Amino acid sequence: MKLSSKIEGNAQIIVAQDPRIDASVAIQFKDQMKAETDQSSGRVILDLSQVDFIDSSGLGAIVASMKQMAAACKLELAGLTPTVEKVFRLTRMDTIFAIHTSVEAALDQHGA
Amino acid sequence: MINMAPEGGDIRTIGMDGLDLRIELLSNNLSVRGALATLIGELRQHDLTEDDLGSVELVMAEVLNNVVEHAYGMRDGGQIEIRGRKGDTWLRFDVLDDGESMPDLQVPASHEADLTVPVDDLPEGGFGWFLIRQMTDELTYQRKDGRNFLQLKLPLS
Repeated sequence: MKLSSKIEGNAQIIVAQDPRIDASVAIQFKDQMKAETDQSSGRVILDLSQVDFIDSSGLGAIVASMKQMAAACKLELAGLTPTVEKVFRLTRMDTIFAIHTSVEAALDQHGA
Repeated sequence: MINMAPEGGDIRTIGMDGLDLRIELLSNNLSVRGALATLIGELRQHDLTEDDLGSVELVMAEVLNNVVEHAYGMRDGGQIEIRGRKGDTWLRFDVLDDGESMPDLQVPASHEADLTVPVDDLPEGGFGWFLIRQMTDELTYQRKDGRNFLQLKLPLS
């Protein structure tokens, strides 16, 4: 499970570089997110535009990633592809996260 | 016809004539990935919409994950069989395994999660059966001769 991380303005952008966040890699994803966000503060935007598929394990790992971030941090999601968007919508987890069409849209919104 | 899964595991695809298909796989996460790729690859040749293909992949991922984790308790060596048939407006799948039976011999109940709780209390699991029920018209389970039979019917757009 490959994640990259960079800072743009006031936000940390984490790009999930694997096409699937599923039962095979959910635990690794959660652990790697913890490593990337342990020292984070403020906005963290998870770019999911390269992820074609998540299952309920992947959803759980994304929720767990948010929960393991400091209270001062906010995990936002960007670039949800159709099946990923379906999982968030059917479970109503799209009401829990701020979801942007892209990282650019996420950054524009806050004038970063 | 024998297909080796792209990421390992043991997949055997049998009898792909017309709209009938059968896939046998070993019970592990990598084999599940391979079986899903095989299944979606086959269905893509039958004019399903991308939305329907996404639903099929999601439902079958959840069903197969349940077999791996609960019927076989993450143990190696279990066999899983998928049988699929297609009509104009529906897809039917049977998923068979030789693992433990479902508790109370029925599909687990599911309900929408309470998301009004504080962040620390948000659920990280338990979405699987809810997702399966959302995307199927029919869902039945039987235990026969030491085997689990789960039957699903999905609507097509």
